[in-house]
Amino acid sequence: MSVVNVSHLAVGYEGREVLHDVTLSVHPGEVVAILGANGSGKSTLIRTVLGLVPIGRGEIELFGTGLRRFKQWARVGYVPQRLGAGGGVPATVGEVVASGRLARRGIFRPPGAADRAAVRAALSDVGLLDRINDPVSTLSGGQQQRTLIARALAGKPDLLVLDEPTAGVDASSQEAFAAALGRFETDGGTILLVAHELGPLQPLIDRAVVVHDGRIAYEGPVPEPAGHHAAPGHDHVHPHADTVKAGICEWAPTDPMPAG
Amino acid sequence: MDLFEYDFMLRALAGALIIGLAAPSLGIYLVQRRLSLIGDGIGHVALTGVGVGLLLHRSPVIAAVIVSAIGAVGVELIRQRGRTSGDLALALLFYGGIAGGVVLVGLSNDSSNANLIQYLFGSLVTTSPQDIVVIGILGVLVLGAMLAFRPALFAICNDEEYARVSGLPVRTLNLLMAVTAAVTVTIAMRTVGLLLVSALMVVPVAAAQQVTRGFRSTMAAAMVIGFGSAGSGVVVSAEIDTAPGATTVILALAVFVAISVGTVAWRLLRRRGTAAREVEPPDVVLQKV
Repeated sequence: MSVVNVSHLAVGYEGREVLHDVTLSVHPGEVVAILGANGSGKSTLIRTVLGLVPIGRGEIELFGTGLRRFKQWARVGYVPQRLGAGGGVPATVGEVVASGRLARRGIFRPPGAADRAAVRAALSDVGLLDRINDPVSTLSGGQQQRTLIARALAGKPDLLVLDEPTAGVDASSQEAFAAALGRFETDGGTILLVAHELGPLQPLIDRAVVVHDGRIAYEGPVPEPAGHHAAPGHDHVHPHADTVKAGICEWAPTDPMPAG
Repeated sequence: MDLFEYDFMLRALAGALIIGLAAPSLGIYLVQRRLSLIGDGIGHVALTGVGVGLLLHRSPVIAAVIVSAIGAVGVELIRQRGRTSGDLALALLFYGGIAGGVVLVGLSNDSSNANLIQYLFGSLVTTSPQDIVVIGILGVLVLGAMLAFRPALFAICNDEEYARVSGLPVRTLNLLMAVTAAVTVTIAMRTVGLLLVSALMVVPVAAAQQVTRGFRSTMAAAMVIGFGSAGSGVVVSAEIDTAPGATTVILALAVFVAISVGTVAWRLLRRRGTAAREVEPPDVVLQKV
């Protein structure tokens, strides 16, 4: 049985179709990367799998159950691209990660010892246990991203879904991230992630799926990057990437300019 | 102090303390969602409810609860649709609410200005024993719901999409929050009045979050500040003969200012005390986005 099964999926926003006839399965224990340029539809694909975007045509099954009837959300851990801004009310790292226990516990039961232990275990897995009582706003972007993966891991899911988890994340956080995902996979977890570039995650990937213009253009081993990214020693230093990714990138070409 | 030999003063104090505790416990979620002014809007709609109650010779408080709950659910449905016109739709609802209220109160037999003022700015000392029972029951319900569902409500306010993927009943909890906001506004109407309702939900939170590090500690501190300013507001207003609602809000704002000044002074002192802090190297090896 597949963990994720997408068949003949089409998704549109306001009449414009973003995904056309996409078919994909992810098997237990597999690590699948969805690659593609910005605007290719790769994020829409996983957001539809998570039920955040309505299905146009086609079917999605999670753990063998149709998405509309799927209820076992504790088996799914979602890591969004970035921490929501919130309205300025402080929240500690521990409080954010504790949200990851709700799917398992339900809304009526107060948190217990098992929940607190799971939060601590997830935080030590991403190397942030010493920051448990710090406000998340004092963390770096990479540490915030690690907080989000800890939140997903705290629920002890069987499937992790990550949306561009390493975009704009510093090198040490990327490695901590890759190590945590590696341990999750070794324990039998299944991973579906969207990425623009894989970086230190590359060795984990069993299969790459390239989405281009709303269709699956390639499926197989991780393809060689094109253009200057293939050059030896290219370490992806994009000093202005933070400002670019704010929104313009959604429509920017894949390879805007040569490095340097 | 012999002020509290009078039953009406004791009732006033009890009502104020309940609101002072309950309003910030809800307000913290509104502030976190950047909906700080929503309580104000629901207050405008509640005035229409007061008008309906007076016109039909029914309890204005009950009518206000019902009408403002309908208004709050309407606001929530507009918000869920997430259109940019939501802001404008809210404005229409708010002005419709206050205009409708003024017209309906005018049409009722009970159409004195004093009556309108009583709802707009509060009239704590005319609170009847029945009012206190209603305020007490509803206040405890609001407080209980906000504390019991704190983890889920925090998750929704912090990251609504994540909460949906966690399988939480996001829509139901959002509606619960909307109805709770309407109930809080209506019971606080007697204390601070509809025009100042939002202040008791928001100002204690704004004051507390300057010095707290977590959500739970912010909530606790905001409730303490709300409780303290409501209680002292009633006492001070009786001593110097001012409106209790406005006095309470001024005191809460004074706490906000005091904490702001205090934290700035503390930071300046600390900066002077420690040597120049080391700045981390900008070792950002960024992934291409």
